[in-house]
Amino acid sequence: MYQGYVLSLAIWVPILFGAAVLLVGNDRNPAPTRWVALAGSILGLAVCIPLWTAFQATAAMQFVEMAPWIPRFNVNYHLGVDGISMPLILLNSLMTVLVVIAHWEVITDKVGQYLAAFLIMSGLINGAFAALDAILFYVFFEAMLIPMFLIIGVWGGPNRVYAAVKFFLYTLLGSLLMLAAFIYLYTQTNGSWEILDFHRVPLGETAQKLIFLAMFMSFAVKVPMWPVHTWLPDAHVEAPTGGSVILAAITLKIGGYGFLRFNMPIAPDASHFFDTFMITLSLVAVVYIGLVALVQQDMKKLIAYSSISHMGFVTLGFFLFNADGILGGLIQMVSHGFISAAMFLCVGVLYDRMHSRQIADYGGVANKMPVFAAFFVFFAMANSGLPGTSGFVGEFMVIMGTIKVSFWYAFLAASTLIFGAAYTLWMVKRVIYGEVANKNVAALKDVGAREMAFLAILAVLVLWMGLHPKAFSDVMNPTIQELLRHVAQSKLG
Amino acid sequence: MNTATFSLSTMAPAIPEIVLALLVLTLLIVDLTLREDERHVTYWLAIVSLVGTAVLTLITVGRPLVVTFHGMFVADLMSQVLKVATLLTVAATLVLGRPYLAARGLLTGEFICLALFGTLGMMVMISAHHFITLYLGLELMALSQYALVSLQRDSVRATEAGMKYFVLGALSSGLLLYGLSMIYGATGSLELTRVAFAIEHGQSQQMLGVFGLVFVVAGIAFKLGAAPFHMWLPDVYHGAATPATILVGAAPKIAAFAFVMRLLANGLQGMTGDWQQMLIALALASLAVGNIVAIAQTNIKRMLAYSTISHMGFLVLGIAAGNDNGYSSAMFYLLTYVLMTLGSFGMILLLSRQGFEAENLDDFKGLNQKSKWYAFMMLILMFSLTGLPPTAGFFGKLAVLQAIWEVGYGWVVVYAVLLSVVGAFYYLRVVKLMYMDPPAGEVTIEPRADARWLLSAIALAVLVLGIAPSSLMELCVRAITASM
Repeated sequence: MYQGYVLSLAIWVPILFGAAVLLVGNDRNPAPTRWVALAGSILGLAVCIPLWTAFQATAAMQFVEMAPWIPRFNVNYHLGVDGISMPLILLNSLMTVLVVIAHWEVITDKVGQYLAAFLIMSGLINGAFAALDAILFYVFFEAMLIPMFLIIGVWGGPNRVYAAVKFFLYTLLGSLLMLAAFIYLYTQTNGSWEILDFHRVPLGETAQKLIFLAMFMSFAVKVPMWPVHTWLPDAHVEAPTGGSVILAAITLKIGGYGFLRFNMPIAPDASHFFDTFMITLSLVAVVYIGLVALVQQDMKKLIAYSSISHMGFVTLGFFLFNADGILGGLIQMVSHGFISAAMFLCVGVLYDRMHSRQIADYGGVANKMPVFAAFFVFFAMANSGLPGTSGFVGEFMVIMGTIKVSFWYAFLAASTLIFGAAYTLWMVKRVIYGEVANKNVAALKDVGAREMAFLAILAVLVLWMGLHPKAFSDVMNPTIQELLRHVAQSKLG
Repeated sequence: MNTATFSLSTMAPAIPEIVLALLVLTLLIVDLTLREDERHVTYWLAIVSLVGTAVLTLITVGRPLVVTFHGMFVADLMSQVLKVATLLTVAATLVLGRPYLAARGLLTGEFICLALFGTLGMMVMISAHHFITLYLGLELMALSQYALVSLQRDSVRATEAGMKYFVLGALSSGLLLYGLSMIYGATGSLELTRVAFAIEHGQSQQMLGVFGLVFVVAGIAFKLGAAPFHMWLPDVYHGAATPATILVGAAPKIAAFAFVMRLLANGLQGMTGDWQQMLIALALASLAVGNIVAIAQTNIKRMLAYSTISHMGFLVLGIAAGNDNGYSSAMFYLLTYVLMTLGSFGMILLLSRQGFEAENLDDFKGLNQKSKWYAFMMLILMFSLTGLPPTAGFFGKLAVLQAIWEVGYGWVVVYAVLLSVVGAFYYLRVVKLMYMDPPAGEVTIEPRADARWLLSAIALAVLVLGIAPSSLMELCVRAITASM
């Protein structure tokens, strides 16, 4: 078997195909470019399948690859996955396929560069999830900024440049501080960049707090947590549909992943010290951002704020330090990947026809696009946490975890069940139901086979995860138990 | 090693310098006999001389350290590597600059010979083991550069730049000489090993030594272009014809690095504690000035000049670490920086054409529409200057920051990364102009194929060094350990 290379393939197949797309890219005849990209993304997903089928439900790192990279600094090409990172790699590889399908008739400008950016980014994201060496992680983590910057800035909406620069600088600030923390840890471990060595090294209290804050800056911006979330609505609104999908479904998850992989195990005492702080920020995101979402006029902005609010659940769950919370947060991450991607794709379907994202421009879409309306309502329900969909599982578990810690935290967290339903369903009501609002809506055509394909795939996944979450929790649980054991031990002294 | 008798074999380590000197002198005469339309012969002879000398130096790589000419001259791995880099950089500058120079009637024997004499000066600096040789090399380089900058005699800007460069350069040379004379007074020797010996064994007057050191460091800072001795840099970069800018901005940094290494790390290593503080102060100032002021620039040459100042801040930071780890990191930083400078100024040359200087940022607008390939090359270069992986610039910064943290300057690292975010903004602006703005006016890429190939190779090398930096890093480590 090629198990020893699965992760390398998951990283390099999309990147190489991206480079190939760049080379064959021809704007006058984009069809071959599109097919090469589709083949690349499907192959990229196919090589990831062993990750799911051959995964052992233990906490150990699996599919490990190790080779020296820069011996001078003891940097290694060290890859491996556990129950936290494996589902995220699969999620990413799948989303890449959907994004390539979704772009088909929509993007006509610089198709080659557009697709290449997505494929290269997909490989880089897989690399960030799989890296077990801090510098390797950092290289993937930062390199990701370049294609994302271009995706937002080149193919985005009217205010795209502002959004792209804001996105870039926010993220860069955070990640450079994290780099400083890595260098400190390198000196503390006597010359190792291994993340697992970082987990083991004893650290003083102040050092832990500073490391926590430096990494917090990096990952909080990615998640994004309130109050460093302001780049997200801009970036989402201006990004093309595919960009929004990858941004919401994947890159935000790297923030959550970072907390689990870096902040909590490296600085457990500081994590406990800052837990109230983190929970507070998360609850603000859940409640306040939920209210902000309620008043949005722009559908993409609304979903963007809803993303922030849902990601608040993720960080809330993590910093409860109990199994329900962390598992719930992780499931919420994956589920949010499906649902937010679906929501953005739905808005993309409408935008491609009407070239408007304003809720006010719509009304009565269900009359003209019944199939689409069914999907849209289904995903909206999932977004508001309807039982039976994946949205319910994560939120419910996090609330269960929260109530063990404090009733009032749980009370505030549970308010999302109301706010989430309110802003999502109110949007659905205004867009989908009612009389046909104007002659543009009257001219709408229902979804075609291509759009049906990606919406159906996501609908199946949302249902699967909602009805049978055990498939996911079995994979994640051993790693979470191990993480909790690790975090419970003080690293002081 | 110090024999009183004359022996040809003592000259052997200096063969590359001697050969280059002879070649330049020959070239000077050959050029006289050429007609105006045969000037390309001079150009090709110059390229052959540079590459030939580089090959000659390459052959000597790996020989053990030799000090010759009565302690005046040293040949070691560091000098060999740096000389090869210098020679190839100057050769690349000429290749990249040729279309530009030819279009403006600057491809003259004077330009080429001055460039080669400057190169000779740099080689002497790199191999200097004595204050006198250091100074000789420095002045040969500097005087050639003053002339190169002001060679466009009809251009007011170039003349002004040359004038500023000369006056400030002379002043800094004076500072340096003053400092060196004081160190001579304090230690009783001009030869680096003996200076080092005197300081280490307490046979020097410490007060006088430190006093001299201040002047030496100021002189060094001027040559590197580190703030607050950076005033000449933006004007010279802006005023000089772009190929002359590269001749001032790329290879001389290699020589200046060697100069700093010889003086501070070899000669004055006993005073590391003193100059470390001074260098850190210089680095802090350079990072701030370079990154913040660059934001306000609309001229790309000025912007890159300020970017140079901030990069010199990083370079100085590596040297300030004061150990082999720091020196080799700084050397890696230096070599990748020179590559990026060649590339980014090479792009300006690429976009320039007859009667048109592509030197405003706006001239890069919409480059992606015109040429995806070169826009991508510039993208790599800009992100490398930012220090973003996977480019060479990232590993340079990482190495330097790591080295300075290890000697206990964690706060400097945090300061440096925060200012890097500021710096990212203006590099990002170039990318934004190329990819996100519609083209303003016509963008044409005319230069000859060799310049275009070379430019692509340079940019790709920056990318490859970001993915596989290991061998160059090892080379730097070996060079530094062999020379210390």
